[in-house]
Parts: sequence; C-alpha cells; structure tokens
Amino acid sequence: MGGHLNVNHLIFLGHGALWTVGLSVIALIGGGIVGFAIALARISPLKSVRIASAAYVQLVQGTPLLVILFLGYFGLAAIGLQVSPLAAASASLTLYVAAYLGEIWRGSIQSVPKPQWEAAEGLALSRTQRMLKVILPQAIRIATPPTVGFTVQIIKNTSLASVVGFVELMRSGQIVNNSLFEPFVIYAIIAVVYFAMCYPLSLFSQRLERRMGRGRVNLAPA
Amino acid sequence: MGIQLDFPAVLERWPSFLGGAALTLELAALATVFGALLGTLAAVGRGTHNALIATACRVYVEAIRNTPLLVQIFLVYFGLASLGLKFSAFTVAVTALTINVGAYTAEIMRAGFEAIPRGQIEAAEGLALSRVQVYWHIILLPAVERVYPALTSQFVLLMLASSVCSQISAEELTAIANYIQSDTYRAFETYIIVAVLYVILSLVMRAGFWSLGLVLFPRRRRLGTPL
Repeated sequence: MGGHLNVNHLIFLGHGALWTVGLSVIALIGGGIVGFAIALARISPLKSVRIASAAYVQLVQGTPLLVILFLGYFGLAAIGLQVSPLAAASASLTLYVAAYLGEIWRGSIQSVPKPQWEAAEGLALSRTQRMLKVILPQAIRIATPPTVGFTVQIIKNTSLASVVGFVELMRSGQIVNNSLFEPFVIYAIIAVVYFAMCYPLSLFSQRLERRMGRGRVNLAPA
Repeated sequence: MGIQLDFPAVLERWPSFLGGAALTLELAALATVFGALLGTLAAVGRGTHNALIATACRVYVEAIRNTPLLVQIFLVYFGLASLGLKFSAFTVAVTALTINVGAYTAEIMRAGFEAIPRGQIEAAEGLALSRVQVYWHIILLPAVERVYPALTSQFVLLMLASSVCSQISAEELTAIANYIQSDTYRAFETYIIVAVLYVILSLVMRAGFWSLGLVLFPRRRRLGTPL
C-alpha cells in the first residue's frame, strides 16, 4: 500500500483499456454473427425455429449479464473445458450481445416496407435472393444507428468481465488500487477513459439517427 | 466429460435465495421510484431556458450514459467514504442505481415531452389553465402515457443491472448466489437457479407494470392500444 500513481500504473491501465477494446470487438463480432442468425430465425417460416429463438432472446434478456458471465465461467468448467477468463468472457458476451443485436436487427428487417417484399416476390426472386438483394441492403441502413448505439453498451458491459478475473480496464484499475489505495482518484480516471471511448460513439449514433429522421430512445441496460 | 448436476444440494438453501430475490426487488423498487423522480426533474431541467441548469442536466445524462454502472457504484461507494460518510451497502446501492437509472429516465421523458404537440399547450393556455395545471395535465401525464412501455422496460433492466451491486456486498440475489456457491462448491447449479429466479423476477415486474398501466391509463385501454 502507499506510493503514488506513476507512469507504470498508467501504462498498466492503458493495457487494460486495450483489452476493453479487444473484448468489445470480440463480443461485437461473435454477437453479430450469432445475432444475425437469431434475427433470421425470429422471422423464419418454421414455427418451431421462431419459438426457439424467441425463447432464447427472452431468457437472455431476462438474466443479468453478471449471472451469464458466472454461468459461462463455471458452466464451461462443468463440461470439462479449461476456461481462461478470456474464453469465458468472450463466450458469455457473445451470447448476451446476440440476443440484443438479434432483436435490433429483426426490428430493422421487419421495418423494411411490406411492398418491397411483395415487389421482390412479384419479380419471381427466390427467398434468398429477396433477402440478399432487396431487404438486407435497406435493413442495414435502418439498423446502423441503433447498432452503433448498442456498441456503447457493449463497451460499458465488458467492465463486468472483471468479476471473472479478466484484466480489462476495470480490473486493471482494481489491481492498481490494491497497491495504492486511492479508490476515488483511480475510479474517476477509469470513468473518464470509458467516457472517452463511449461518448464519440454515442454522438455518432445520434447523428446517424438524426440524419435518418427518427429519434430513438436508447434502451439497453447499464 | 459428462456434466453431473446436483440441484437438491443447492435448492435446500431456498430461504437464502428467496431473501436475496426479495432484496433485489426492494432495491429495484426504491431505485425505480427515486430514479423516476430524478429523471423527470433532469428532463424538465434540460428543457428550461436557464442555460446553466440545462447544461448541468445534459452533462449528468451524458456522463452516466457513457460510463459503466460498475464504475459508478464504486465511485459512489468510495466517494461517500472519502467524504467521511458511512452508509450501508444497501444505501449506497440504492443511491448509485438511482443516479444511473435517472439518466436513462431523463432521456426517455425528454422524448415524451418533445412528442407533445405545441398546439395542445397553447390550447390549454387559451382555456386559462394555470401553469401547474398545464404542466400536469397537458405535458407530464400524456408524456408518461406515451413513453410508459419504454420506461417500464428501463426499470426491468435496472432490476437486472442491480446484480452488479453484489460487488459492494449488498446482499441481493447475486451476492447470495456467490455465498452459496463458495459454500456448496456447486457453482453451475447455483447460477442456473439464480438465472431462473431473475427471469421470473423480470416476468413478475413486466406483469406488474402492465396491470399498473391498465389502472393508470384507462383511456389507453379503451382505445385498445397495446401497452
């Protein structure tokens, strides 16, 4: 204990910040891939697929991320897999992000005007062609602002990976605090770093939303 | 590589689980009430002509919405301590959650206020309603009615987010789970049970808000608009 915040501490925090970015990218890519499958499953012509994917979304959205992280950490261990904190955090965040992105993207796909589907059908395009050539290009435009907005939630939520021992920004702050015991100063610095990462994205998302002429309330959890 | 699950060993701790769930609901209820008040004030503050107040409210909303709840909880926890104030973990948890959900509520309420047509307010003024009457009947209540679904979703998310308070040892559901799993060495089973309890809690909250909405907004029910 004791001592002052020095350059080494700041470098350590910087490493943590890089891992926060890294974990966010992993969660966004993993969650994006699974989430896209969820979005398609939610509008599938098969009823059983629709019900299964809806149940998945309800379960994940009704459970705190912290509990999902513990489930990932201890669950992977229970089936005999060696779990590093990185693997547990990546797997849990992927499942979590997929449920939210899946719903955001389902909404975007469904808000493409109905006549577009009908016109594509009238042109005798197959279901895959309709999706790829007519619906998705328009849905991507609609989905971009809320997806950027949700990225802010992902970055903030990676802070919870600290509880399974993954050394991202929050955890590195706790480690530095263990040697200095200046919690208020250190957590204030960490808050500023998170803000510096998230605020530009928030502004960008708001600008995109305004350009599309619709205001949307940000509804993701803290 | 088989999974061996032993639920009975964990389930015999059901009184602790129920106690944790009750405390989670209590935390959520208090933070919902205080957060709704704080958020409405902040939304009104952002719309005032006083630039100082409007800026302060904007800074509050943006600062909270762009930092993690976990960091906010630690800042409140150690911030109050460094001011020499000693509070229970529960009080700190309610304070931090209120500050957090207040910022999200402010954004939702602002969207509600902005959706009130100017003509309605002018008409009310034309009918010589007092400022308070205009604010209450023409602006606040219709705005809440309009954003009610978004508000209630936010409060359910707040309940789930309260799990983070386990990190400052407020004895809510997740903290209880942490105790039980370190006691029984049955981590996976414990967290499965806890996940189920959270799903139940969020269903209960949604049902509660839905019925409250039927009572609060009978007009909506008559119109048959989904809540």
